[in-house]
Amino acid sequence: MLEFIWTNRIQCVSVILFAIGFSTLLLHRNLMKKIIGLNIMDTATYLFLTSIGMIEGRLAPIIQNGDTDVSKYVNPLPAGLVLTGIVVSVSVTAVMLALTIRLYKSYHTLNLDEIYLKAQEEQEEEP
Amino acid sequence: MKKSIKDWFSEWDEDKINLTELTANQGNENLIKEEKKEHNISELVELKQKELSRAGKIYPVLAALLCVVIIYFMLMTVSGLPKFGQADNPTNNEVVERYVEKGMEETGAVNVVAGVILDYRAFDTLGESHVLFTAVIAVFTLLLADKEEKETIEEGQIMKQDNILRNTAIFIVPLTVLFGIYVILNGHLGPGGGFSGGAIIGAAFIIYAMAFGFSGIEKFLTLKTFRIIVLCALLFYSGAKCYSFFCGANELHSIFGPGTPGMILSSGLILPLNIAVGIVVACTMYGFYSIFKRGRI
Amino acid sequence: MEIFECTLLILLVVGAIATVSSKNLMISMIIFMAYSVVMSVIWIILKAPDLSVTEAAVGAGISSILMFMTIRKLRDIKKEKNEEKH
Repeated sequence: MLEFIWTNRIQCVSVILFAIGFSTLLLHRNLMKKIIGLNIMDTATYLFLTSIGMIEGRLAPIIQNGDTDVSKYVNPLPAGLVLTGIVVSVSVTAVMLALTIRLYKSYHTLNLDEIYLKAQEEQEEEP
Repeated sequence: MKKSIKDWFSEWDEDKINLTELTANQGNENLIKEEKKEHNISELVELKQKELSRAGKIYPVLAALLCVVIIYFMLMTVSGLPKFGQADNPTNNEVVERYVEKGMEETGAVNVVAGVILDYRAFDTLGESHVLFTAVIAVFTLLLADKEEKETIEEGQIMKQDNILRNTAIFIVPLTVLFGIYVILNGHLGPGGGFSGGAIIGAAFIIYAMAFGFSGIEKFLTLKTFRIIVLCALLFYSGAKCYSFFCGANELHSIFGPGTPGMILSSGLILPLNIAVGIVVACTMYGFYSIFKRGRI
Repeated sequence: MEIFECTLLILLVVGAIATVSSKNLMISMIIFMAYSVVMSVIWIILKAPDLSVTEAAVGAGISSILMFMTIRKLRDIKKEKNEEKH
């Protein structure tokens, strides 16, 4: 087991990061912290995907001197997928931050529990 | 000076944001309740507050527990994976072989990743550009400033003289824009491409807007030009990909051949597509900043 | 090289925990920026230079700037509210 953790250390670290991000997203009360937690989760997933495509002792997938031998380069596919993911994560972050600003404007707090309570009170007052 | 920085930091203590607001609000509520002569409700607020503080104590413990449990189970799952960095792992199969061996010949891109995301899988990248565009629309809808708000923001726009930022920005901004253009144009020859280069150019615009205000950038990028530029770039992308799908499906000869790999004007449609994506991303990043800062582009 | 890699990985975990557990939003955002930069260095080790450039520009640059702008906007809203009260 210990030997395995040493050889697959990048994947183990990405799993740990994923757990940290997930528990923050789920159980932190502050909305900004939740967003940061989601970002950490994103990067952890990307780290895992990229580490799957890595092959030790090979070059980055940029062909040098016209040599197209596959045994010289690492796997280019995970990098292509992750590149898409990074940009999507930025747009998700931007939308979530905008939503946070709207929530703060109407409830004047970042604490999700308080927002929930206030929303409940508003609902009770309305009818 | 020291004190002001300290204040600036301590203003954003998490408890302060939440608790000061809560106590202030509680005061308000008490006033209302006294008017109504209902004393029970203030007790109810206190009770809710107690509940909140109790929940605040429970959450970190729960979070740590959940974290440990997830780490345990996922480490168990990871331990079933093949060894890291071996050439005969199941992910390194014939698909990769095909992409690496035929990629340069078919797409003309020296950078295999650029060839994959902008030629073989260009449809994904089209969707990604549209995701960015949709995000900008969503942020714009959420944060569009009202008329009254706009006036207060305009008043607050008068920039403080910040010599350090301005003198640094004079040197940094042109270099950053140049580097961004280099990264975009170099996308098929080395690391880089539309997304990274566009983000770098957008960052340069943001630095400029921070240092000298929005008036300089408004000369060439207003809401109208933003719409036109982004729309044209996305339409160009869709049109170019339609053409290459049409050619590929009917086995026609595309007029954008792969060219000589390694030259700047090669690799068919990858360079124009990179430029289009770069323009969309640069405008979008600047648009995000502008909307967040003052409620309009 | 292995020592370098291990240092970066430990920095990642420490950075993530510090980001999450810091009581001050400003500080946690700055640590998150540093976390992104460390991540971009790790991607060079994993032989993915495209990702490294993108992460350095997007993760450490744009999304952190957006978070800072959000914080500033929240402060403005708070100030406005306080002025209304007094």
